[in-house]
Amino acid sequence: MDRVPILKIGTTLFVSIQIDLQDESVVRLQEDLADELAATGAHGVIIDITAVEIVDSFIGRMLAMIGSISRLFDAETVLVGMRPAVAITLTELGLSLRGVRTALNAEKGLELLNGSA
Amino acid sequence: MDVDSSQQRMAAYMRDHQDKVVGRWSEIVVAGLRGRSSVAEVRRELEDLYSLVVRAMSGVDEQAAGELTAVLTELSGSRARNGFTPRETALGVFALKDAVFELVADVADLAPEYLAFSRMIDDLGLLTFETYAAAREQIIADQATAMLELSTPVIRLWDGVIAVPLVGALDSARTQLVMEKLLETLVATGADHAVLDITGVSTVDTEVAQHLLKTVSAARLLGAECIVSGIRPQVAQTIVSLGIEFGDIATKATLADALAHVLNRRGQRLGQRIGQGIGQPRTEPQKPGPA
Repeated sequence: MDRVPILKIGTTLFVSIQIDLQDESVVRLQEDLADELAATGAHGVIIDITAVEIVDSFIGRMLAMIGSISRLFDAETVLVGMRPAVAITLTELGLSLRGVRTALNAEKGLELLNGSA
Repeated sequence: MDVDSSQQRMAAYMRDHQDKVVGRWSEIVVAGLRGRSSVAEVRRELEDLYSLVVRAMSGVDEQAAGELTAVLTELSGSRARNGFTPRETALGVFALKDAVFELVADVADLAPEYLAFSRMIDDLGLLTFETYAAAREQIIADQATAMLELSTPVIRLWDGVIAVPLVGALDSARTQLVMEKLLETLVATGADHAVLDITGVSTVDTEVAQHLLKTVSAARLLGAECIVSGIRPQVAQTIVSLGIEFGDIATKATLADALAHVLNRRGQRLGQRIGQGIGQPRTEPQKPGPA
């Protein structure tokens, strides 16, 4: 199973997903991220899904859940680089990812975090 | 007497009288077209067709039937595209029956042959109709596609602000296209605000509202904020009486208001970047003139 690396940059955790997301790898990412948040006390999480072409309802829900978990650690989650096709799919599935903020790209995501900090 | 042999005899008879029949046939067709084609032009078309009909009927030539179908398809298709009526198109084929009948009427013993011939012409007439309808449907489909493309431009309104003026009826197919174009433009330009202007949308019902909400939430997933503008008084009344909730989506009366709202949110002022910009009177308080 592929693992998604979590990079710590300042007080932000940066996750760039560059694999085809499987259910297990998302669950694993959620666990790793919770561990990392607890260990580092980071205030922001940026999840980059530029390379992700397929997001199903399960992965969509897990992303929303990651947002809720981060909030418990007082960290804001920003989902960046979503593809139009993925956005359309998620809307059709009725998932609006309420707990997660979104930005067009990593740079804007960082701005969003720094602006709100 | 079987059908094949009577067809062959008819073919032989028609071949002998080609000039006369084609001449009469062209006359009938040209009269029906009310001067849109010249006799010479029609005659040229029909001569080809006639020799193919004769060849197909005589049954010697295997390819003739296929060739006849192809020529007739081509002819009916071009008639449909050039705006001929179904009657005028079908007349082109059925007139052959009249032309031949006028010739055969005096020859009493050709009745069964004429019947077989008539049946064949009926088949060709049906083919003409089918082709005509198919060509017309193709035209309609092409126009629908053209309209779809025409009616969904995405405009760059300001640095980081794009607008989609929606015009006409908003159905699922249109919404899908608008959504795709909007999201693609958001990604391509890196814009973080989008204005959906519905001034040109004729009616707003629950379905249209649903489509709008979907577009807005898809744009939000990309990290862009949407504003709905161009709400006309009647539309506002409809929206309220239908109980449609736009939630936390900002709505504005005009595109100008929406732009002002966006620039305000982005901390920019109208008229800041372009000297005599749009909406400048709104931001500049009017100074009292010299007395």
